[in-house]
Amino acid sequence: MNIVAVLVLAAGTYAFRVAGPLLRDRFEVPDRIRRLLSTAAVVLLFALIATAALMDGQRFAGFALPAGVLAGGVLAWRRAPFIVVVLVAAGVTAGLRLLGVP
Amino acid sequence: MRSLWRTLDRSLVRDVLAVAAAVAAVGMSFGAIAVSAGLPAWQPVLLSVLVFAGGSQFLAVGVIAAGGAPLAAVLGGLVLNARHLPFGLAIGGTIGRGRLLGSHLMTDESVAFALAQRDPARARTAYWTCGVALFTAWNLGTVAGVLVGSAIGDPAAFGLDAAFPAALLALVLPGLRDPATRRPALLGGAIALAASPFLPPGVPVLLALAGLVAVPRRRAVLA
Repeated sequence: MNIVAVLVLAAGTYAFRVAGPLLRDRFEVPDRIRRLLSTAAVVLLFALIATAALMDGQRFAGFALPAGVLAGGVLAWRRAPFIVVVLVAAGVTAGLRLLGVP
Repeated sequence: MRSLWRTLDRSLVRDVLAVAAAVAAVGMSFGAIAVSAGLPAWQPVLLSVLVFAGGSQFLAVGVIAAGGAPLAAVLGGLVLNARHLPFGLAIGGTIGRGRLLGSHLMTDESVAFALAQRDPARARTAYWTCGVALFTAWNLGTVAGVLVGSAIGDPAAFGLDAAFPAALLALVLPGLRDPATRRPALLGGAIALAASPFLPPGVPVLLALAGLVAVPRRRAVLA
């Protein structure tokens, strides 16, 4: 990797990040669109969660990872404290891997 | 700035610090993996400061380590980071003053923390708190990883790869109680999973936006 590659990746990523806030500044966004954009962000985050929990690139990630995320999700659904959700998710996955579960 | 900190409460700080600790640990493994893949020490450090997007950094280093072309590393990383554009459209109004700097702090987590708040002032505080904390944690972690090198264990052994989706899930769950958000999210998630075996990383998540067709029309008209 050379310095040009690093800079191009950095500039492109920043362009993606700053485009939304700058565009939002220029136009009056109607309420309906604003709500749709918030929903879009949740849709993206949920898709990210689903793929991060179940996939390792283009393959199935194994059982330990989704089991941990699911355990955290159930606790979050029951309104457990955030830190508990995160620790239990990591703990379940780490424990299952320790036991040899893929 | 004073009003920013007035709305900062302890539970928010505690939650952000929990994520920041995990981010620091993964940043360490990034630094260690990058130098053991043969990259000069300045590269992972510069990547973490200027790119500040873990997934794309791991991808780029992985492509280079496997003998791939820098162009492939850059393109793969950019596809993975394209989701920041719709993120920015959604929370652009939240960042407030200093958005040129604030935009650089945009991550899945800072967006999720902002979206999880009820009022705009709290959302802004949550965004900045999370952004600054994660930027600091990620970069300190990277430097530490570069220095310590391969002595660091695999973050997967500690289940850290489960910590991030679980943290994001906890943040978006309240929003998912509303069917008008839940339906498009579930459809989008299913689309992303179905597409994952066939497409490069990053693309399936963008395709999930097709799930927005499940937003109820009636509600849109009423709004």
